[in-house]
Amino acid sequence: MENENTVIRVRDLVKKFGQFVADDHLSFDVYKGEIFGFLGANGAGKTTAIRMLCGLLEPTSGELTVAGLDGFKQREAIKRRIGYMSQKFSLYEDLTVNENIRLFAGIYGIPTHIRKEKTEELLEKLELGSARKKLVRDLPLGWKQKLAFSLAIIHDPSIVFLDEPSGGVDPVTRRRFWDLIYEAAHEGITVFVTTHYMDEAEYCHRVAIMSAGKIVALDTPKALKKEWDATSMDGVFLKLARSNE
Amino acid sequence: MKQLRGFIRKEFHHIFRDSRTMLILFGIPIIQLLLFGYVITTEIKDARIAILDKSHDEVTREITHKLLSSGYFRLDAMLDNEGQIDNIFRQGNIKEVVVFEQNFGKKLERDGKADVQVITDASDPNTAQLLSNYTNAIVQDYLQKKFVNYKIPLEIKPQVRMLFNESLMGAFTYVPGTMALILILISAMMTSITIVREKEMGTMEILLVSPLKSHHIIIGKVAPYLILSILNALIIIGMGYLIFGVPVRGSFILLMFVVIVYILLALSLGILISTISDSQVKAMFVSVMILMLPTILLSGFIYPIDNMPVALQVFSNIMPARWFIEAVKAVMLKGVGTGYIWKQILIMTGMTILFLGISVKKFKLRLE
Repeated sequence: MENENTVIRVRDLVKKFGQFVADDHLSFDVYKGEIFGFLGANGAGKTTAIRMLCGLLEPTSGELTVAGLDGFKQREAIKRRIGYMSQKFSLYEDLTVNENIRLFAGIYGIPTHIRKEKTEELLEKLELGSARKKLVRDLPLGWKQKLAFSLAIIHDPSIVFLDEPSGGVDPVTRRRFWDLIYEAAHEGITVFVTTHYMDEAEYCHRVAIMSAGKIVALDTPKALKKEWDATSMDGVFLKLARSNE
Repeated sequence: MKQLRGFIRKEFHHIFRDSRTMLILFGIPIIQLLLFGYVITTEIKDARIAILDKSHDEVTREITHKLLSSGYFRLDAMLDNEGQIDNIFRQGNIKEVVVFEQNFGKKLERDGKADVQVITDASDPNTAQLLSNYTNAIVQDYLQKKFVNYKIPLEIKPQVRMLFNESLMGAFTYVPGTMALILILISAMMTSITIVREKEMGTMEILLVSPLKSHHIIIGKVAPYLILSILNALIIIGMGYLIFGVPVRGSFILLMFVVIVYILLALSLGILISTISDSQVKAMFVSVMILMLPTILLSGFIYPIDNMPVALQVFSNIMPARWFIEAVKAVMLKGVGTGYIWKQILIMTGMTILFLGISVKKFKLRLE
């Protein structure tokens, strides 16, 4: 299924820390506009994998192409083409909404006139216009989450990486947040998301499940449920975990 | 460049919005300088003394007169015998008793030697030391003027009843010392805390994933503190001059150069501390334990290095503040030029390079 729509291409990717093999021969493709879920328990190798994809870590061996760029030699260039949102929705709490927008637009080198346009657009979409001069620390959690996501894609990246983006957020807020994710995917941004909420896994187009440094399953939620004879992703996950013991 | 500007602006926002940071930046230096300045320069004026003159000759009368007209001392009582000394000290009104031995003037003329006892109240050691020094100086001055043509070494036995407070400061040392302390505090502690805060909040991750280069991040974090530290140094020098009359005898530009070298050193220490700390509390603790206390105790700021045990003298060599204080004192008080302080500047520069080198290494290790 390899084609020009491949945004992330991973082949036999290995990362070792000394003797410890964190990621063991990972191979998968992610396509343009796809929402790709990355599941696994803590310590399964998710974080290491996402760090390599973001250009933060150099892989030990294998092949890695992100947005058409080499994951070994062009790590700095990759950083310009991706967005990243961490599980802490890391914004600067002591800066206002406007100042956060200005800062991140500045870091990604967005020219002033485009920044102003984008700021208005973003504030309107998030219905944050009235809060633009508020400090981020005074915003409700759900708003912070949406703002963090919008800032992660403010520079129109090819891919946005979301590292457990829904920690501590209630299911209703989570659902609204996923509306934003669908919208971004619809606009052609590829979304790579790690999560341990199984309802979120259902929202993904395809999911990969990791265990002990390996990908043990990769398919659409529907196909996985069928294969493992489960009614929910939760069931798939449990059965997979048992079969790997 | 534009990225960096925005990043530095953000750092200033952090600083100006945090009242604790502002207090540390601008409140503490001023308070500390005033405290050190006023507490330590105990100017002696009209200290009450008693005199026991067992000789009652011309020389002792003249010395007494000279002591009392100096402005430093005021006569509280003339004593008749030694038994009264203890008692009068216990009453607590007088700070010093001067005792001339019998036949003082005659002995001086005949043997070239006479004894004065200077007994001071040791419950306030700083004042006691100052008083005995002043008394000594006045007596010596008298002898030099009176017996110009004699070549008699006059021996004075200052029997000072107190713990010798070796820490007595020379008049002007507190301005360089306060600067050393404040600049370490701001530059090293505040930068390490602000960098570690980004780690704690998770924003450091975002910055690392962004196209900002790691040296941009570091420069962006420390540049505001460099600027504010320079401002602080100027405030301290200005206050020292206006309030305490501490002069800048040497080149002002050279002085500021030394200050900037030291700030860069402190900033590199702050960066180093941030690479080994994972929480703000730890960064603060490490800063206080390995920087503040040794800076106060071992840099020569309060306790003269010459009086330390040899082991501590050796240890003081690795205190950044030691070299800074030496260089600043030399420029401010002695008015010397670059030729006299190149060693200190070189040592500080060397330390900076070392700390930055270790930080870069640690930083890379952490990322792997």
